[in-house]
Amino acid sequence: MSESQLMIMAVLVPLFGAVVIAIAGRISANVREACTLITAGALAWITWSIAPAVYRGGRPEILIHEVIPGIELAFRAEPLGIMFALLASSLWIVNSIYSIGYMRGNNETNQTRFYVLFAVSLAATMGIAFSANLITLFLFYEALTLATYPLVAHKGDPATVKTARIYLGILLTTSIGLFLPAIIWTYSATGTGDFVQGGIIEGNLSGPLVGLLLGLFVFGIGKAAVMPVHRWLPAAMVAPTPVSALLHAVAVVKAGVFTVTKVIVYIFGIDFLFSEPSSGWLLYVAAFTILAASIVALRQQNLKKLLAYSTISQLSYIVMAAAILKPLAEVGAAIHMLAHAFGKITLFFAAGAIYVASSKTELFQLRGIGRRMPWTMTAFTIGALSMIGVPPTGGFVSKWYILAGAFEADNYVALGTVILSTALNAAYFLPIIYMAWFEKESDENVVEHGEAPRPMVIALVITAILTIAFFLFNGPALNLEYQVVREAS
Amino acid sequence: MLAAPVLALLAPRGLAWAAATLVSLMAFAIAVQLTILVLAGQVPGYFMGSWPAPFGIELRIDDFSVLMLLVLTGASTVALIGGRQSIDLEIETERQPLFYSAWALALAGLAGIIVSADAFNVFVFMEISSLASYVLIAGGPDRRALPAVFKYLIMGTIGATFYLIGIGLIYLMTGTLNLADMELRIHEVGDQRPILVAAGFITVGLALKAAVFPLHVWLPNAYTYAPNIVSVFMAACATKVSLYVLLRFDFFVFQQNLTQHDIQFAAFLMPLAVAAIVVGSAVAVFEKNLKRLLAYSSVAQVGYILLGASLVSVAGLTASLLHMFNHALAKGALFMAVACLATRLGGLRIPDLRGVARTMPLTTAALVIAALSLIGIPGTAGFVSKWYLISALLGMGGLGIMLIAVVVIGSLLAVVYVWRIVESLRSLENAESNKPGEAPMMLLLTTMAASLANLWFGLSPALPIELAQRSAAALLVHLP
Repeated sequence: MSESQLMIMAVLVPLFGAVVIAIAGRISANVREACTLITAGALAWITWSIAPAVYRGGRPEILIHEVIPGIELAFRAEPLGIMFALLASSLWIVNSIYSIGYMRGNNETNQTRFYVLFAVSLAATMGIAFSANLITLFLFYEALTLATYPLVAHKGDPATVKTARIYLGILLTTSIGLFLPAIIWTYSATGTGDFVQGGIIEGNLSGPLVGLLLGLFVFGIGKAAVMPVHRWLPAAMVAPTPVSALLHAVAVVKAGVFTVTKVIVYIFGIDFLFSEPSSGWLLYVAAFTILAASIVALRQQNLKKLLAYSTISQLSYIVMAAAILKPLAEVGAAIHMLAHAFGKITLFFAAGAIYVASSKTELFQLRGIGRRMPWTMTAFTIGALSMIGVPPTGGFVSKWYILAGAFEADNYVALGTVILSTALNAAYFLPIIYMAWFEKESDENVVEHGEAPRPMVIALVITAILTIAFFLFNGPALNLEYQVVREAS
Repeated sequence: MLAAPVLALLAPRGLAWAAATLVSLMAFAIAVQLTILVLAGQVPGYFMGSWPAPFGIELRIDDFSVLMLLVLTGASTVALIGGRQSIDLEIETERQPLFYSAWALALAGLAGIIVSADAFNVFVFMEISSLASYVLIAGGPDRRALPAVFKYLIMGTIGATFYLIGIGLIYLMTGTLNLADMELRIHEVGDQRPILVAAGFITVGLALKAAVFPLHVWLPNAYTYAPNIVSVFMAACATKVSLYVLLRFDFFVFQQNLTQHDIQFAAFLMPLAVAAIVVGSAVAVFEKNLKRLLAYSSVAQVGYILLGASLVSVAGLTASLLHMFNHALAKGALFMAVACLATRLGGLRIPDLRGVARTMPLTTAALVIAALSLIGIPGTAGFVSKWYLISALLGMGGLGIMLIAVVVIGSLLAVVYVWRIVESLRSLENAESNKPGEAPMMLLLTTMAASLANLWFGLSPALPIELAQRSAAALLVHLP
């Protein structure tokens, strides 16, 4: 099968898998979970078979359907998209292994619905990754919001439903209220919404309007969680941890920053945007989000909430890197998507493992837990170090490139922000690590527990290894992402 | 070929569901055939009693009327095919033949309005359809339908009377009732004032029948207390047909000839459209009864249609006509889903819907798809018309941006009221009171079909767009 057809398969396979999983769910839990793993494996195989062609410089594309002349549903694989697809599909396998342990270990209800919707979410993610124009992207973007809502509201009790309403409310409001007008504006100004090297806005809009359009895009893409449209992410933490791990550390949030980056690179064009002073505000907003979210994270007592605010801050690294508008920084933005994904999914896996093994969710409960759960806490430590950006972890690589880009642009705001936020990251992660390893467990209410179920431990060890491996073997990813800017400049 | 209304007029004597459905189906087939003809470039006309226009009564079909005929006959057919059980449930057996005759009459009347090229004929058909729909709405088991119908009757009659006064004035000045002829002769009238007054009477009268805000007060109760299947029919067609006449008169007859009529028209309707969108949506957000909620949503949707028309541009009018078609799809499917729910639930207040997602998953799916279309999520029909509307507004500069904000606010409010429904459907509290099981097969199947039509026309909207563009261009020939 050609790469073009494979892209369609990448969307259809998880959808088909969802149907199979739904049927298998009536037979037995084991069959259902085997189906999930097979679907995840098949999807990863598909994305990995598209990758070599893109790496060699090919840009497979396919027109699926022409809605009305000029408005097409089409797929096109390019470096950013294929990287996002590889990331999400590969981590889905690991996450499925983890989910099995988590959902069983926790005796969650409605497990079939959970796996079905997970597969649908992945299908939407693939659609976002491969979309060749804004309309296709928007279609799958909304599909992803709608498919993840029931996952967030999984528990179904009034408190959860209320929080899930915030999730849905913010994401739908921003996308319909800002993102869609931005898309229609783009179409009516340029006559197209295709992602093109070098952008399509130049020559069609200029002056303050460019800044305004950028604003509609950036705040309309609520999934990127740039303040003040970040509130949905902490709200989403009521979901089961595998959802937080894959969707709210990888698929959904990365779909947001991925879209922002794609819009900046392929709709505006970085050279054009760099020459347009009205777009400068984005950097400051992103920098503010990085710092503010880190400061809020400092004050969190709940582990998952802390991770959520850390995610908000890290996402804005990517937005800020993209907003530096220099080639090296764009590479840094792309690479940070990967590095943060590996690190953050490890952290969430660890948080879920702790919850399943010991029912602990608050920071102060974690004293001395390292001795009871050495594997989990080792992985947690690696993930946290990656967030801070300490070598030898993946986070170091991407920060390196972001800093290099900031130097290239003589952008001292970005530089200062990265340095300051590194200090803040250290300030909220290091105490946890210290507490977990070096403090004694408090004597009252001691619950005897060991590690979480085996599948969960396996999953989090894999992602921790990936975090370190990315420090050592990042060549292919860098080469791939250099293509984003090499063609552009 | 043009016998549809005639046939329907003759058919209803004491025949029941099968006959009504057959008639409706035939009407639909005729509409499809007419569409093919019109798309091929023909303009079929028919002179009743063989008198040539402008003396005889002429029936005439063009792109615009075909678009409306498709909506009308399609909705009627779908509602009838699926609606049998729902009607059985709500109307006693011995009154059913009467009910079906009224249905066929309403269908004939509405179809007649669409195909007539004669102003007085339109009035006659309007009265036929109105009287028949009063009977239909009052036919349900709910006694509250009677005051609702009374209100509708009073307002409907006032509207029709206004329209008649308007036509009378024009007839006085021009001596003709044929629309095409009227358009020519208005040129020759020296004193424009009576024509202007006539335009005012006709516009307001039709706006009343079309439930244009603030003349919409009859609509929520009428929709709410009508039998569920009648709600489907009414929601999809009744107001649209009045809008059809309104647009036809204002664009075709008046604007080409009256100085500044386009500006007056826009200035009159645009604020009303904006108010309809905002107020209709806002009321829907707080409404507790499902049908009434949808009815207020209809008030808002009529606002979108008028907003497009009030731009007096081809792009705006295209969006408006397209939205007529797409809203009929969405609202029709929604009311079908409501009819499904009504066969199993005790009441239709929002809290009554709890747990339905579990007992009636297919109905829920259909309802959600139609509701997404109402919001305008991409991939559904509603998205296509919103796209056209916003594109049209973007070409308007500053005012356009403000109006886009209104459209966006309306859409967001739609998200809120739709989500209240969905959340309740998904909720598990106090869900045990409902009877388990899906709606009857036929009803369910047609509901699914109606709902899938929203997706179909969301992904391949070429046909309605083509018709809408052509009719918009035809209505606005006078524009440079």
